[in-house]
Amino acid sequence: MKNTGIIQKIGPFLGLILIIAVLSILSPSFLDLNNILNILRQVSINALIAFGMTFIILTGGIDLSVGSMLALGAALTAGAMTAGFDPILAILIGLLIGAAMGAFNGLIITKGKVAPFIATLATMTIYRGLTLVYTEGRPVTGLSDAFSFQMIGKGYVFGIPFPVVTMFLAFGILWFILKKTTFGRGVYSVGGNEEASRLAGLNVDRIKIGVYTLTGVLSVLAGIILTSRLNSAQPTAGTAYELDAIAAVVLGGTSLTGGRGWIVGTLIGALIIGVLNNGLNLMNVSSFYQQVVKGGVILLAVLLDRKKAA
Amino acid sequence: MSSSIIEMNGIHKAFGQVHVLKGVSFDLKSGEIHALMGENGAGKSTLMKILTGIHSKDQGDITYKGKEITFKSPKEAEKAGISVIHQELNIIPELTVAENFFLGKEKTAGKTGILKNKVMNEEAKAWLMELGIKLDPKKPASDCSVGQQQMIEIARAVSANSEVLIMDEPTAALTKKEIDVLFNVMGGLKKKGVAIVYISHRMEEIFTMCDRITVLRDGASVGTRVINQTDFQEVVKMMVGRELGEQFPERKGMPGKVRLTVDNLSSSTGVKSVSFDLREGEILGVAGLMGAGRTELMRALFGADKSSGVIQIEGKTLKKPSPKKSIRAGMAFVTEDRKGEGLILNQTVRENLSTAQLNQLSKWSLLRIKKEQASATDLIERLRIKTSGMEQEAKSLSGGNQQKIVIGKWLATNPSVLILDEPTRGVDVGAKKEIYQIMNDLTVKGVSIIMVSSELPEILGMSDRILVMHEGKVTSIMDRAGADQEKIMTAATGGE
Ligand SMILES: Nc1ncnc2c1ncn2[C@@H]1O[C@H](COP(=O)(O)OP(=O)(O)OP(=O)(O)O)[C@@H](O)[C@H]1O
Ligand SMILES: [Mg+2]
Repeated sequence: MKNTGIIQKIGPFLGLILIIAVLSILSPSFLDLNNILNILRQVSINALIAFGMTFIILTGGIDLSVGSMLALGAALTAGAMTAGFDPILAILIGLLIGAAMGAFNGLIITKGKVAPFIATLATMTIYRGLTLVYTEGRPVTGLSDAFSFQMIGKGYVFGIPFPVVTMFLAFGILWFILKKTTFGRGVYSVGGNEEASRLAGLNVDRIKIGVYTLTGVLSVLAGIILTSRLNSAQPTAGTAYELDAIAAVVLGGTSLTGGRGWIVGTLIGALIIGVLNNGLNLMNVSSFYQQVVKGGVILLAVLLDRKKAA
Repeated sequence: MSSSIIEMNGIHKAFGQVHVLKGVSFDLKSGEIHALMGENGAGKSTLMKILTGIHSKDQGDITYKGKEITFKSPKEAEKAGISVIHQELNIIPELTVAENFFLGKEKTAGKTGILKNKVMNEEAKAWLMELGIKLDPKKPASDCSVGQQQMIEIARAVSANSEVLIMDEPTAALTKKEIDVLFNVMGGLKKKGVAIVYISHRMEEIFTMCDRITVLRDGASVGTRVINQTDFQEVVKMMVGRELGEQFPERKGMPGKVRLTVDNLSSSTGVKSVSFDLREGEILGVAGLMGAGRTELMRALFGADKSSGVIQIEGKTLKKPSPKKSIRAGMAFVTEDRKGEGLILNQTVRENLSTAQLNQLSKWSLLRIKKEQASATDLIERLRIKTSGMEQEAKSLSGGNQQKIVIGKWLATNPSVLILDEPTRGVDVGAKKEIYQIMNDLTVKGVSIIMVSSELPEILGMSDRILVMHEGKVTSIMDRAGADQEKIMTAATGGE
């Protein structure tokens, strides 16, 4: 009951601590402040996407198109900037397009009654194709050097990388929405029992469209951060990002069948993945082995989780 | 009667901090029907789950056919000759009737794993026919009513040819016709020497069918009685620890002016041109046999399914009805299938009690947790829901207490038209009386109630008027004064 719930919630956290402990012994430079900030910055992109994915998975859905939305949103934002739009306006346009792409996913799933896996598998391809069409397969470069745009990916606030600030800010807002608003409660309810929610007067379609829209916005936000850091928008950016995002959500203890989970876990899950990547790099583990280790950790975490749940 | 086939002694069980069974003893003889009774949350289902290896016991011993034994899984128990019909339906909606019937014991061509679908369809059909149920075995279970699903489970358990059959509230979703057939079947099994544990909150059933009664209260055995050496009063007193008095309260409300009119309502789910009206402070009972379209009518009325026809509340027509609009117009709908449509099983009691009143519990979309907690506390008290606290998951509540959550969730919306579909399904005698009392109080305040029920005494005891359905149509609307069981049954079978 309540007790097992707490153990289940602490589990991912303990896992993170354990991995950090092991890595800091194996690689002394791991705990340097600079390295930690570096990890956090690397994590921020995946974390932002995974936050959105948490909402979707809580409703019992899935979104495979996040990486493609990231790429298309980033390319259009970059395009707007090269076309002479003010960077802030360009970013807003990008985020709006993210919302539109997400809402489109949501509409196909709710009004078209297509399974989320299939719907977003299709739009993943469509959005990626549109990115390639728009960019003609080449990176968009020559972006604005305005402070506002450069800040997003490369700036610091009181010594903390701006993407990290963005991540924590988004985390705070989304945590609040999930925990304290009727929309957040609706997300859990729809995932827990859709028919009961509908009969209780919840607007199930609107909630679902809402979570996909949110994820579209967050994906493009991640894309803009990436664009600012690299000073260019890559047409292939974000490929396979959906896998890391889903992994972060699952590592955090959110159930893929919906209705059960929490966003704190997702943050921890994203940190686990980031810390592993970084630590294995520091130890010069070949990237081939890195994949094996990462997959193994995910499997282990989920197996342990099952054991506790039983 | 022969000696005991099952003996359970000093059984203890705790879930976390909550001590649910405190030294329960129970014995069952071959060829007897043994009633297990007790209030909601007394521990009846838990005791049977321990017997059949679903839960492990903390203490105590179980003897089966003279040997001490602990089953590690329900499968093991079934192999040893004990089958169970669980209180909560275990039907997989995507599978067909026959697939559900044979789930886990499919017939295959030799050891190949190739299914013999034709054989299974025929056998499932035959077993259901034996229970008087005509069902297409190839129909998806999701298209079956709760009652039909229940019959599939009963047929499945009966077909196992077990020596011990445990029935946890098998009749809660059934109408008189199926219950009569079921009792016949049980009588036959009894003659063959099968031992049956029968859990039910319907007293009349216990006294017509059972040989002995064991009563549990708060996880302890209160005693066992031979049926003809006890009576209704004593059993109730053993269960609740006090006398209950009259079951149905005196109806005080006087129906006022018309609040709801339904004109020519039809739906693709089988409702055919239904018209009726409902007054302020009135209770309209809705009776009919299984499959008569009662639940379908309620769903159409509430906007849960698409329908044609006119629904008016307080003179205003509901255009394109949907649950949301109906709720806004003052309707509430306590659904029949609590697991499928009523509860969010892995949410807490508090969260479940708020699902339908999120608007009242929030301001500018912000949830007001204090207010939510106050509302939950209030409802738990008002309905005497037995929980270890409002943070208990709905999943781990006893069946009757789950039912009370569904009722509580809708009472919280302060409806003016309350639709109750089998509201006392699985609810104990004491709680039933409390629900009747709540209904009565609501009507005094002017609330209009529609109550679908398969229990005729309940229909007759509570309704001002009774609407009877047959094959999707209304066959009769009668005043309580002129109604009796016979007239209702005649109308329910399509007669005049
Ligand atoms: N898995 C569980 N975890 C925690 N508590 C549980 C669990 N299962 C049952 N309980 C608690 O045990 C008590 C007994 O439940 P049980 O289901 O045996 O009651 P019951 O006699 O069958 O009641 P009803 O007539 O309502 O079906 C209840 O208070 C319930 O909340
Ligand atoms: Mg029970």
